[in-house]
Amino acid sequence: MPMRHSDITGQRLVAIVLLGCVLFNYPVLSLFSKPGAVFGIPLLYFYIFSAWALLIGLTAYVTERAE
Amino acid sequence: MLQGWVIVAVSFAYLGVLFAIAYYGDKRADAGHSIIANPAIYALSLAVYCTTWTFYGSVGRAASNGVGFLPIYLGPTLVAGLWLFVLLKIIRISKAHRITSIADFVASRYGKSQFLGGLVTVIAVIGVVPYISLQLKAVSNSFTILTHYPDIVMPAKAATQALWQDSALYIAMTLAAFTVLFGTRHMDATERHEGMVAAIAFESLVKLLAFLAVGVFVTFGLFSGPADIFARAELVPKLKALMTVADTGNSYGSWWSLTILSMLSVMLLPRQFQIAVVENVNEQHLRKAVWLFPLYLLVINIFVLPIALGGMLHFPGGQVDADTFVLTLPMAQRQEALTLFVFIGGLSAATGMVIVETIALSTMICNDLVMPLALRIKALRLNERQDLSGLLLGIRRWAIVAILLLGYIYFRAAGDAYALVAIGLISFAAVAQFAPAIFGGMYWKGGTRHGAVAGLLGGFAVWAYTLLLPSFAKSGWLPSDFLREGLFGLELLRPQQLFGLAGLDEISHSLFWSMLANIGLYLGVSMTGRATAAETRQATAFVDVFRHTVGTAGGLRLWRGSAQVQDLLPLIGRFLGPVRAQEAFLSFARGRGLASVSELKADADLVQYAETLLAGAIGGASARAMVASVVQEEPLSIDEVMNILDEASQVRAYSRELELKSQELEAATAELRAANERLMELDRLKDDFMSTVTHELRTPLTSIRAFSEILLEDPKTGLPERKKFLGIIVKETERLTRLINQVLDMAKIESGNAEWHTAELNLREVIEESVAATYSLFNDRQVTLTLDLEPATPSVWADRDRLIQVMLNLLSNAVKFCDPTHGKVGVALHREPGGLRVDVCDNGGGIGAADQKIIFERFRQVGNTMTDKPQGSGLGLPISRHIVERFGGRLWVHSTPGKGATFSFTLPFRPGDSGPDTAPQ
Repeated sequence: MPMRHSDITGQRLVAIVLLGCVLFNYPVLSLFSKPGAVFGIPLLYFYIFSAWALLIGLTAYVTERAE
Repeated sequence: MLQGWVIVAVSFAYLGVLFAIAYYGDKRADAGHSIIANPAIYALSLAVYCTTWTFYGSVGRAASNGVGFLPIYLGPTLVAGLWLFVLLKIIRISKAHRITSIADFVASRYGKSQFLGGLVTVIAVIGVVPYISLQLKAVSNSFTILTHYPDIVMPAKAATQALWQDSALYIAMTLAAFTVLFGTRHMDATERHEGMVAAIAFESLVKLLAFLAVGVFVTFGLFSGPADIFARAELVPKLKALMTVADTGNSYGSWWSLTILSMLSVMLLPRQFQIAVVENVNEQHLRKAVWLFPLYLLVINIFVLPIALGGMLHFPGGQVDADTFVLTLPMAQRQEALTLFVFIGGLSAATGMVIVETIALSTMICNDLVMPLALRIKALRLNERQDLSGLLLGIRRWAIVAILLLGYIYFRAAGDAYALVAIGLISFAAVAQFAPAIFGGMYWKGGTRHGAVAGLLGGFAVWAYTLLLPSFAKSGWLPSDFLREGLFGLELLRPQQLFGLAGLDEISHSLFWSMLANIGLYLGVSMTGRATAAETRQATAFVDVFRHTVGTAGGLRLWRGSAQVQDLLPLIGRFLGPVRAQEAFLSFARGRGLASVSELKADADLVQYAETLLAGAIGGASARAMVASVVQEEPLSIDEVMNILDEASQVRAYSRELELKSQELEAATAELRAANERLMELDRLKDDFMSTVTHELRTPLTSIRAFSEILLEDPKTGLPERKKFLGIIVKETERLTRLINQVLDMAKIESGNAEWHTAELNLREVIEESVAATYSLFNDRQVTLTLDLEPATPSVWADRDRLIQVMLNLLSNAVKFCDPTHGKVGVALHREPGGLRVDVCDNGGGIGAADQKIIFERFRQVGNTMTDKPQGSGLGLPISRHIVERFGGRLWVHSTPGKGATFSFTLPFRPGDSGPDTAPQ
């Protein structure tokens, strides 16, 4: 088994990856591909970077907690 | 002024710094103090993924595609989440087998096949050399632009230079020299380059800072914040379109295929494999890298779109290439220092990529292409040479020079042609062809050598036909008719609409067909053929790597034959150098408890060890061939291998069962031991109890007996005296009765046989009743009693009489121990979260910290029992504590000596449905 104590960590990471696959794909992506801005930043651009940061944050939380 | 010599001097100074870092890193590594043993450095070195294609090219892609540059970085972010499974497994396998390149990995998995190793090497070289050209082009272009400072002249318009004036040639040569110095300083059995990794990590930092510096300058210097740039871009229709995904065609399909492509490339590009797997110092670094590396990618991309839009707003004519915005925007503002910093950042991105990529490729070329051929050519008489380690280093150095020259030639030939511009993704698609053979081989034992060869050849052929050749045709090197009309004029064979598949972009199109061919052939051929013994053995060692012990290459003794140490040792010595070989064999001997190499027996383990050692230097396939040449082997048949593997898996299953059983036994033993200890403790407690009780009973008995005897023996005692004596006897008898009652009470409570009459009751009433009952006591001793009871408290579940017993005990204690002349006792009732709290405080002498625990033990009283007259039985507090705990509360004392003591207890509010009988005891 890869790193025994990471069984549940592994499942969480897979869940995060699946979440990412949904967030960065059609059709969710198309919901944000429209004119508009948040704090002056185009909606799509803002969405992608927020979702990206969210995924990184989740991954960091899950792996750091496992230690 | 930014003159040519300034730029050159700064560049060389920068390379000097890099070399100093690498030198220091190597020195520290030799001394055993690794400076790269740090997850952050590992993550930074992984950022070698970001080349000039990122540094300059992302802005260019963003200028034409909007967010279309992002999938290249989102893919790695997604796949990083799986690294703790996939990459960890690759690292584990590679460490166990001393795998030093991706070609070696594939070759080793499929029965140490030299042909496969060579095939992977050829694909990697063809796929990646143009990518190296791209780096040379980027550095050369940025240098050319910089030399025209302060004018902004595009390199395409710069005069075509003669060969000896071409900066790219000098760049290529410098980088070759630099890489040789970095990467081939000595022959390492594990092919690790700690100094190089340190330098690469530093370069990643420099390119990140440089890019952020331009980003901040453009966003906040040239414009007033990102909102300003986006607001202005909104007004230009062409730029406005960049802010959404294009509606035309299959944009989301391209988006997703780029994501998948980058997911594969970030693990399969030779440089990524080198850094992530071969140079990995500690598996644990992966844990942090899985989020640090994506974080790096996010940060370096934040300013891409602002710079792209800012550049297009600033140079509206389109005369400045968007690929150069990173450099030309600070130039246009005459920011010399920033411009130079950006140039160094680009140089970092290029040199980092080129160094690692060429080192990785040179290892592959040496181990999987040149050595297998050289060892076969008898005319070279390599078998007679005593020390080949120098030859190996030489081959690698020449391979490095050759790769960079190839890169330069391609750059020179391609110039600004399409074939160079599009190469980034074409390269990605080439290395993606390794995916089925590698991931299939790691998780599926059924994959065979023939399957892997067929898959790789098929996938590579389709890739070349649908991506590489069209890129040549678009550059004008091939007649472009075949693009429109198809091979042999067959429309179905049009390379970019193969079999009529239209509507996909060229990368998605090629990825689909090449992966279809690759995976289809890999699975199909694997399943129709049969694996050889060597393949089966390697398949098991790879797929089950986590189950075997690391270090013995699978822990399976799948070798039979006879060998001599005096044959093996010189063989290893020829490739690693005699001294290193001797050291390695000695450490193996020591590991087995032998004093010297001469005591070693050449058994299966030693042969395995020698082969693994050799694999680190010349690759698994060649190592197998070399070892086979000096030992007599009896080939194992496939059935024998299968039997051994079956046996091994059975043994594994048994041993796992045994392990489980023994764990259960251990747990049971521990429980028994604990129970036994508890019993012995109880026994001891019982003895203590008996002796204390008898001691306590004897005191009143003695005095009763003494006074009775006086009365009996001296009939002349006067009436007043008789009365006094009888009074004492009565008092002592009462005391005796009380004591016995309490002992019985205690015994009942402890054994759980006590009767409890639990009901809902108001604690306030209980306290008032207890106070009334002790009123005379307070009066006798002239102790002031103050009450502070919260009105209308919720009810609790408890036994009324028992609670009164507790209160009486606390109150009588308080009276007994409070100040003898100005005694004061306070009783308080308060509400707390979850329950009620009662405090009984006095103003007596208090209780020392050491005694605060003791008083809750049976028969323990504060003070010296031998000299002081006992003031109680020593059972009141233990009983009270039992009672309170029985109802889920807690009883404790808080006291500072000299300032009185406060006894407090809590009782929870009426518990929900569980009822008081199940209240914790």
